Amino acid sequence: MSLLRPRRATDPLWMLAPTLLLLAVFFFYPLGFAVYRSLFRWDLLTPPEYVGLDNYRALIESGELISAFTTTLAFSLVVVVGAMALGLGLAMLLNRRGAFAGFIRSAIFSAYVVSWVSVALLWMWVLDSQGVLSAWVSALGLTPLDWLGDPDVALYSLAAVTIWKIAGYAMVLYLAGLQDVPPVLYEAAALDGAGPIARFRHITWPLLRPTSAFVGTTSLIASFQVFDVVRVMTQGGPVRSTTVFVYAIYEQIFMNLRVGRASALVVVFFLMLLGLTALQLWAWRAKRGAS
Amino acid sequence: MRRGAVNLGLLAVGLVWLLPYAWMVVTSFKTLPEIVEAPTAPLPSGLPLDAYQEVMRSLPLGRYLFNTLVMSLLIAALQIAVALPAAYALSKLSFRGRGVAFGLVVATLLIPAQVRFVPVFAMLADVGLANTMTALVLPFGVSAFGTFLLRQALGSVPTQVIEAARMDGASELYIVFGMLPRMIVPSLVAFFMFSFIYHYSDYFWPLVMTADDKVRTLPLGVALLREQGTGVRWHVVMAGNVLLSLPVLGLFAVAQRHLLRAVTSRGL
Repeated sequence: MSLLRPRRATDPLWMLAPTLLLLAVFFFYPLGFAVYRSLFRWDLLTPPEYVGLDNYRALIESGELISAFTTTLAFSLVVVVGAMALGLGLAMLLNRRGAFAGFIRSAIFSAYVVSWVSVALLWMWVLDSQGVLSAWVSALGLTPLDWLGDPDVALYSLAAVTIWKIAGYAMVLYLAGLQDVPPVLYEAAALDGAGPIARFRHITWPLLRPTSAFVGTTSLIASFQVFDVVRVMTQGGPVRSTTVFVYAIYEQIFMNLRVGRASALVVVFFLMLLGLTALQLWAWRAKRGAS
Repeated sequence: MRRGAVNLGLLAVGLVWLLPYAWMVVTSFKTLPEIVEAPTAPLPSGLPLDAYQEVMRSLPLGRYLFNTLVMSLLIAALQIAVALPAAYALSKLSFRGRGVAFGLVVATLLIPAQVRFVPVFAMLADVGLANTMTALVLPFGVSAFGTFLLRQALGSVPTQVIEAARMDGASELYIVFGMLPRMIVPSLVAFFMFSFIYHYSDYFWPLVMTADDKVRTLPLGVALLREQGTGVRWHVVMAGNVLLSLPVLGLFAVAQRHLLRAVTSRGL
């Protein structure tokens, strides 16, 4: 890509000025502001009071930090593994020509496009104790679970709903990956007598590893930021069993009016995203080195 | 025979996604007595619009829809207006600090709305801008994804075309906003669709930035139906949900190609 000399030396600056200004005001300054305010006790109404690292200490001692972290981690692991497995399965099943397969692909991908609120409300009704899922389970002679009301179940119900919504995203990326697998490889393997399982293990899965690295890390980072399904479907309950990280931040600032405590959580959350992104870069680099 | 079996299998899988939508529509045509008597009856007794009328009665839906459209259009337009010159400078001009500028744009991917909302809310509340359209639009003026996408699209425009335009006396402003956009229309459409649908559906930011109906958006309003509800009025909630998701599903039906392009190109 050959580059042009700017007409005036200041041209690039002017062209980047709107971007840089918005970055400074709405990204980098807020991040610094959060770090600074995490050292204060502040309710937005009375003047902030400097408290040092008290906010962090309180979050650790109350167990809130570790509980938000483990809840988010459990949710994310289920979602990532579920969405990848389902996305890959759907991609292999639907990697075929024909209008009907195309229609089914669209139906699955559409769930990724409609809003989280739509999906959350829809599944609240399906999972309601008077709802259709419990009725079907009862009809099979089984006892339905209290999908959203049981503290041992609710988080996994939310994870299942999330998988339902994002499986189409994984499927689309896996379909793109499958297009790049040369059909000759399958033909050669079939001639050598390799069965479907051997073909999957030795051809499909290794060649899709870059796609898996991408789908896995992006959906991990996205599921760490989960909020909407929690806010709409469970409000962090029952008994805080679905209080994921972002919901804990939201609760601190908008229900407890503790801006300092919320800021401390924001800082920790940012550091976690930083760690996950490092993991992502490492996974992508490893994949590039391998191919 | 084999083909039929395959299609049957595909249908079974597809139903996992299609049935919940169907259930939403079916429920929205039920009446309160029907919901109370037989909440899981597979079909409504007729096609009464009771639930839809109830939604219209209990919510200023027009207001919410107007707010949502204004917000989403403003964000998409602002993002394109901001990203075009930046993408031009980053893809076509040689200057010192080019790598740094690009690095700063990339770095924003590390600072999603979930990290920004506490400090941005506190900042905007301080200057009296919380609960305004500004608070909904301005923080999203820069889109890292949009800047990448347009930078990549502009990268494929031959440098000679720009040199020729300069020779003809075109100003840089004209090149950036008049000439180049016409050469990257598919990328602009893909980005516009992506941004519009994303922000139309956004729940998180409007939830934390708005306090009343003045600037409240549609997803918030529809979610309120559930919060105000007395538990069993699911037909009303589902009617609101149909109204919320129908425009997006319609747009998806006509523009699926562009959205797929936007999603798969994020991997680059």
